[in-house]
Amino acid sequence: MATDTMTAPGTPPGRTLGRGRRLTKHALLIGFGLVMLYPLLWMVSSSFKPTETIFRDPSIWPTEFDLSNYTEGWTALTHPFHYYMWNSAVIAILSVVGNLLSCSLAAYAFARLRFRGRNFFFALMLATLMLPIHVLIVPQYVLFSQLDWINTILPLVVPKFLAHDAFFIFLMVQFIRGLPRELDEAARIDGCGHFRIYWRIIMPLCVPALATSAVFTFIWTWNDFFSQLIFLTDPDNYTMPIALRSFLDAQGETSWGQLFAMSIVGLAPIFGFFLAGQRYLTQGVATTGFK
Amino acid sequence: MQDSSPAAPVRAGPDARPHRRRRPAPASPVKREGRAGYLFLLPWFVGMAAFTIGPILGSLYLSFTKYPLLKPPEWTGLANFERMLEDPRLHKAMWNTFQYVFVSVPVQLVLALALAMLLNRGVRGLAFYRSVYYLPSLLAGSVSIAILWRQIFGAEGLINQILGLFGIQGESWVQHPDFALGTLVVLNAWTFGAPMVIFLAGLRQIPVSLYEAAEVDGAGRAARFFRITLPLLTPVIFFNLVMQMIGAFQSFTQAFVVSGGEGGPVDSTLLYTLYLYQRGFRAFDMGYASALAWVLLAIIAALTALNFLLAKRWVFYGD
Repeated sequence: MATDTMTAPGTPPGRTLGRGRRLTKHALLIGFGLVMLYPLLWMVSSSFKPTETIFRDPSIWPTEFDLSNYTEGWTALTHPFHYYMWNSAVIAILSVVGNLLSCSLAAYAFARLRFRGRNFFFALMLATLMLPIHVLIVPQYVLFSQLDWINTILPLVVPKFLAHDAFFIFLMVQFIRGLPRELDEAARIDGCGHFRIYWRIIMPLCVPALATSAVFTFIWTWNDFFSQLIFLTDPDNYTMPIALRSFLDAQGETSWGQLFAMSIVGLAPIFGFFLAGQRYLTQGVATTGFK
Repeated sequence: MQDSSPAAPVRAGPDARPHRRRRPAPASPVKREGRAGYLFLLPWFVGMAAFTIGPILGSLYLSFTKYPLLKPPEWTGLANFERMLEDPRLHKAMWNTFQYVFVSVPVQLVLALALAMLLNRGVRGLAFYRSVYYLPSLLAGSVSIAILWRQIFGAEGLINQILGLFGIQGESWVQHPDFALGTLVVLNAWTFGAPMVIFLAGLRQIPVSLYEAAEVDGAGRAARFFRITLPLLTPVIFFNLVMQMIGAFQSFTQAFVVSGGEGGPVDSTLLYTLYLYQRGFRAFDMGYASALAWVLLAIIAALTALNFLLAKRWVFYGD
């Protein structure tokens, strides 16, 4: 991405919008934003209302402030809700560490080292970018069940340490290619080995790309449902999304308040990352097209 | 890189010990670089073999077998693919998925482009608006939002409460076979923020001088949009179209949660991947599920190829 300025140079200069037009535009933008976010805001406000009210009150204005949905929802399942949050967090954090280490190693090789077959392997890596997980999931399941890994976190975490998420290799390759080569060449002249160049010079410069990868890995793993649903079938191993889904199945429509409350708790870490890592998120989206 | 010759003088610094060699015959830098390359790629090689290439071959093989997981796979030739021709639920799932993709992706992209255009012209608070519109893209894949959707479009959900204010009595949208898929389409369209951010980045690349020249020539707003912005943005539109279509074909979580894993009512929300999940991981019909996966891959690949072919007609890469 070229610039990170918040203004738009695409604006034709010398043409300022009239005050009225500008106000209309902001009204439009705010109005549309409100419509977009209304369901979310309503969910938050409803989580503080008794379930009967949720069915009657479409307003987001809180009429009462009752935490019982949170306290009751927290203990409504076999385990308290933080148990499932912790299971999710373990997988998400290990995935972040795994992706950062393994993808950056591969990216350094692709971006900086010359070796036989590099172009072939790079093309192979690109080819796997678009591969739907569904083509792999059945044999992976067979493999993991033979290894006795079903109902452990290993099927979800081990592939991350082996650079299975090619997206991030690609992202980091692009980033490293943009770094000046003089730096690592100077280091090499000083007698630095490749590992030291990677670790001491390239990695510190890659912090923006690493941050983008970390934020996306965390959010994707935290939201992941498909593979966790398949690999974690024992309620003791449920992660937050699987637990929420079983909550919905068990209590269904009778306890929307509690469901909402726990859904919000489940979204909170993503929202936190969104606030903290916005710059990296929008940059990552703009450069790579991730969601 | 010419890194062999200039290395010598620097090494002979004050603390260099001329009589000590580290290795009797040091490998040439080129060889060492090659070895380092494979070493750095080692995790990727292992992962690629174990979790990508191996499973691809495995799934290709399994798609020609009957494999109920507990018994060893049994070669059945093309039986799975023949069965697909006569599987009414699969046909329903395909039809649903096509409707879902071909309605939600265009809606999503039109919204994304419209908002990007509104935001591009030096709006104050751009970063704020961009974040607000982008937020749903981050959240929409979660189970939490799918649960919210199920309530919103339920019999006594938010939508019907709002309709009730106007005296309209709505029924449960998620339980109506004609509307349930529509609720998922709305959910996917809701994630227009991600392509919007990409459009904004694309709009920034358009040189201002073009607009200035056009304005000098007396081009109006519409002419500037259709003659400058839109043509120069076609590569970005194309990129978004391809990415969003590939993504939409693989939607799973929302259909699963909204329909309780069943794809109902009367299979109206049975998306392709949900059907694949049911065959593979509920019925443990692993051979058939593998065949389904390969057909999904073929459909996505074919449509992507078609996109690239058609792109020659409308995508403008400058000259």
